Amino acid sequence: MIIKILNLIILLFVPFLMAGVIKKTKAFWGGRKGASVFQPFYDFVKLLKKDFVISKTTSKVFTIAPIVQIASVLFAAMFIPLAYGNALINVSAGLIIFAYTLSLGKFASLISAMDTGSSFEGMGASREACFTSIVEPAFFMTIASVMALSGNYSFTALQNILSSSGNYGILITIFAIAVLFIMILIEGSRVPVDDPTTHLELTMIHEVMILDNSGLDLALFSWANSIKMLLLSSLIAYMIIPAGVSVWVSILIYLAVMFLISVLIGTIESGMARFRMSHVFEFVFVMSSFALVVLSLVVARMFGG
Amino acid sequence: MLKIKNNSKVNLSDIPVLKIGELRDEIIKENKRPIGFFGKDWGEGRIRLFVILEDAPELLVSSAIFEADEKSYECITNEIPSFHIYEREFYEQFGIEPLHHPWLKPVRLNQDKYEFFEMKGEEVHQVAVGPIHAGVIEPGHFRFMCNGETVYHLEIMLGYQHRGVEDLMVKNPSNQLAESICGDSVIAYNTAYSQMMENLKNIQVSNKAQLIRKVCLEMERAAIHIGDLGAIAGDIAYLMGASVFGATRTLVINTMLEFCGSRFGRGMVTVGGVNYDLSDEKIERALKTFDKVEKDVERMTNTMLKNSTVMSRLEKTGTVSEERAKEAGLVGMAGRACGIDVDSRFDFPDKWNEELGIRKKAFKASGDVNSRFKLRYKEIRESFSIIRKCLAKLADYKNDPLITNGEDMAKDAFVVSIVEGWRGEIVHIAMTDNDGKLSRYKIKDPSFNNWYGLALAVRNNGVSDFPLCNKSHNLSYCGNDL
Repeated sequence: MIIKILNLIILLFVPFLMAGVIKKTKAFWGGRKGASVFQPFYDFVKLLKKDFVISKTTSKVFTIAPIVQIASVLFAAMFIPLAYGNALINVSAGLIIFAYTLSLGKFASLISAMDTGSSFEGMGASREACFTSIVEPAFFMTIASVMALSGNYSFTALQNILSSSGNYGILITIFAIAVLFIMILIEGSRVPVDDPTTHLELTMIHEVMILDNSGLDLALFSWANSIKMLLLSSLIAYMIIPAGVSVWVSILIYLAVMFLISVLIGTIESGMARFRMSHVFEFVFVMSSFALVVLSLVVARMFGG
Repeated sequence: MLKIKNNSKVNLSDIPVLKIGELRDEIIKENKRPIGFFGKDWGEGRIRLFVILEDAPELLVSSAIFEADEKSYECITNEIPSFHIYEREFYEQFGIEPLHHPWLKPVRLNQDKYEFFEMKGEEVHQVAVGPIHAGVIEPGHFRFMCNGETVYHLEIMLGYQHRGVEDLMVKNPSNQLAESICGDSVIAYNTAYSQMMENLKNIQVSNKAQLIRKVCLEMERAAIHIGDLGAIAGDIAYLMGASVFGATRTLVINTMLEFCGSRFGRGMVTVGGVNYDLSDEKIERALKTFDKVEKDVERMTNTMLKNSTVMSRLEKTGTVSEERAKEAGLVGMAGRACGIDVDSRFDFPDKWNEELGIRKKAFKASGDVNSRFKLRYKEIRESFSIIRKCLAKLADYKNDPLITNGEDMAKDAFVVSIVEGWRGEIVHIAMTDNDGKLSRYKIKDPSFNNWYGLALAVRNNGVSDFPLCNKSHNLSYCGNDL
């Protein structure tokens, strides 16, 4: 029970810390002191206290979407083993429910963006939908291959891969992590895919879709987005944490992985420019090609020598 | 056509008066770049049209009178396209229609009545931005005709900041007004205005004041260019560039603060000279700061130019070919970045170019964002070199007066004063009546010519690259709107 509560706390609060660490890293590379790592949480609380402004051109869809988004992300979280122990819902083929629950949330945010009738938001929605359609198969291919290798179609399969499959295991782990990391950059709308700090509507992807949201709605959308990053990072952590370690070691490694991923994202954002929109698609295809590598490694392992 | 010099006075009666047909023929025969094309109310319902063409190092001036019943003429734009914006402005201000003009769109007024170009088709969508924008930029309306992510055409509508500056200038000319026209070119505007007044009042500005003005003008150029390099870095989400250039720009404008009490140089220049002297101590401190600034800018620029992700954003984005740029009549920095050799510092040189050995340096232009980025860097370095030369020379004129007083304004005079601000040529033209009072004041900001260049730059680029094209030009709304 305590473990479950601990996992819940991690799920709800570590996303803010990750966002804070990313910002702090960027400040460090920019030669600035930067805001406290708790700032994203303060911002969240601030938004909760604010009033809504709802555009007259919108319908019910616009008001429901943030709730659908946060609910779907939290529901998807139940299929993911977090810092320690099993997932709340540990079923075979949980992967499919996981991915499509996330997609449901994204669908809600897409139609909510279209609902405002703003040409910016329509453009953002079209970009986001386009990326999603490329990301999804790559994600399935990677995770499903890994699961196929261990013959276990739940997320627990990820944990055994490093230890059970020798050199193949190491290679598969590396490429699967690469796939997941690129997916974090895309889903979390980070540089080089998207620029989370820009004020230029024409260049935005994720930010422009929530341009009309305010107060609680905006808070829920940005929280959901951070949680999504945490969930994908958790998959990476889960592949690294060895089976059979004690609770505290596991939590420690988990938090360390979250921290490292945040620092890495912050460093990437400081050291490179954002891709040109047409090049972003090529970058997304890099993820697909890594996924194919994972698939072929698994095939080689299962049917090869 | 009458030949005159930049920054000098002629009698209004010396300017030829032709019939509009003859004037048109002469303009087409000369086929030179227009610098001024504007009207003046000539009494009894008549309008006098003045034309100024560039014939470096001189200017050609001529005019024509429209009688009260003449309300149109055959447009020049179809022969020399760079007249397009001038003819639109003339039509808007005086109601005389240039016949067969391809695009008589309002320049500053009646934005609501104008119908934008429209593309039709299932994949085509329009994106309208502004006039109120996110962030703290000036108002302007942009309408993109897009096919998916590609922009086919951009229409720009300005004039939301039209304050009637030209009329204000006639009624109540002052340095304070001149430096408030365009807040990022304070020194350039104020110098152009002051030179104008000095000509009318017959003032010979002291060498010391001239040098201090030159130093401040180049500091303004360097500061804005550095800031814009940072803004370009910010737009492509290259944070390091944004922070470093932002910090170094502050050093330059803070030096300006030390010189005259305003970071943007307000109050520095005045009619007859400058308001503030530069003590040896200030100069020494400034030189030290400039050393650091130059080093930081050089390091950061080279880091950026070596970063492949940065270069892939800058190269071949927002390209304007030299041919198109010439047709559209681009001037200043935007024009030079496309390969047009236009820089009023060298086209209409003052005595200092020779005395201090300031020479024009070649630049290999490619017309894209990369070209504008590199040109800015080049101009920053040149500005600092000019600043150093001027500051060293300043020691020779220690005992010169800061401000020289003059007589009353000349009667029936006509003056053109061109100053190369950081965007390009800032043209002030003034006329006085027979009481020695200003009767017409015309201002032309480089943005007036260059906004159309931005529209050309965006064509066939991704809509998400627009901010980059925009920031690399960084055109003025208030300078255009007046």
